[in-house]
Amino acid sequence: MMGYSLDFTAVLAGEHLKWLLSGIQVTAELFAGAWALALLLAVVLIVLRNTGLRPAHWFVTTYVEVHQNVPLLVQVLFWYFAVPELLPAPAQIWLNEHNSEFILALLALSFCIAAYMSEALRSGLRAIPPTQYEASRALGFGYLSTMRYVILPQAARLSLPPLINYTLLLFKNTSIAMAIGVHELTYQSRQIENDTFRTFEVFAVATAIYLLSSFAIMALGALYERRAGLQAR
Amino acid sequence: MLQILRDNWVLFLIGQYPAGPLGGLAATVLIAVLGLGLSFPCALLLGLGRISPFRSIRAVTAIIVHTVRGTPFLMVIFWSYFALPIIIGHPIAGFPTLVGALVIYESAYLAEIVRSGIEALPKGQIEAARSLGLNYRQAMMSVVLPQALYNSLPTMMSQFVSLIKETSLGYVISVNEFTFAAAQVNSRLLTKPVQVFSILALTYFLLCFALTQSARAVERHIARRRREDPAVIRPLESFVVEPAP
Repeated sequence: MMGYSLDFTAVLAGEHLKWLLSGIQVTAELFAGAWALALLLAVVLIVLRNTGLRPAHWFVTTYVEVHQNVPLLVQVLFWYFAVPELLPAPAQIWLNEHNSEFILALLALSFCIAAYMSEALRSGLRAIPPTQYEASRALGFGYLSTMRYVILPQAARLSLPPLINYTLLLFKNTSIAMAIGVHELTYQSRQIENDTFRTFEVFAVATAIYLLSSFAIMALGALYERRAGLQAR
Repeated sequence: MLQILRDNWVLFLIGQYPAGPLGGLAATVLIAVLGLGLSFPCALLLGLGRISPFRSIRAVTAIIVHTVRGTPFLMVIFWSYFALPIIIGHPIAGFPTLVGALVIYESAYLAEIVRSGIEALPKGQIEAARSLGLNYRQAMMSVVLPQALYNSLPTMMSQFVSLIKETSLGYVISVNEFTFAAAQVNSRLLTKPVQVFSILALTYFLLCFALTQSARAVERHIARRRREDPAVIRPLESFVVEPAP
């Protein structure tokens, strides 16, 4: 550390600032896209599980266990190296022309987080007594409107704290996409480090960006728990 | 797939050992066990600090825990791999770097498990211990902690699963572990990614799923003991910390 003087201008100016900003943008896109897709998939999973069909139930249980017990990095590598091989040739060509790293990382992240989110939704749904469902059906609501107006609003209250927790985990894990060369924040800070040898400065800036965003998500969770009157753990 | 396993099982299992460094699945398990063993004492200290009677200790440990929990694990690895050698003046090999990063990261997560385990115990426990004449340290060591740690055993086990999964990130700094071994096999064979990465995913799955199931079995066992044995104190709330990817 002797003789090492901090110099942030190498990182926060010119070409390197552009790299950093584009990294932030890719991280934000990856996070937002994967979050929306994961939530959608989680709802599909939970609907499948509740159809009462044995194969559907079995499929969802297996899906959740597989995605929770295999490292996310391995899932990302599988999507990147193996999944394109399984696709027909036109799809492979389309992928290669459309930033395949980004799309495959987004799919890997959302398929994995969906498993966790569906468990969060399930624990919320399980807490709703079945009489709520029966009463709503007896009042003439169909299955979908029962879900929409009676079950989901109540379940959401209990599901939201774990959902926010998984949102935070998703955000932090977007950094894993760098392993397959997605030019997100971690990848770009590594590039800038390589280019300038300003190791401390660039990692400090990247860590600060991650931390501020994480704290914002954590604060959102704490705020919600307080407002909903849920006991903070 | 069987052909690939037959040709490469040694590399998958122990890497280039004994000719080179230990690698493969053996290294993954070794890194995970070392990571857990070393982070447990740190987690105990941090967890006790979070509920310390001194405000300053509570503040410092809260900052440490929240900072680590808000940082991606990959960032922690980069700090240990690229920044730490500049401070201490000589490079560090990948293996100790990964173990060190795991200890920093997991200590924060385990500390929260320790803390919620202690907070879930009824207040009467520590009050009774103190009124029997034990001081704070004695009450913690011989009354509160044994019960709190017993109650949080299943959660700790599922955190160990997360820890095993996190060792795979050693791949990014080329630590010889299981994922790295599979990537080596993949780049040598070139045309068999589906088979190679299926072997990799399936092995991780079997290892982690077995541990997840044992955590659930331990949880059921503890719940049964609580029902049958009135001497086992029931926690105020169940505190299953959400598993992490």
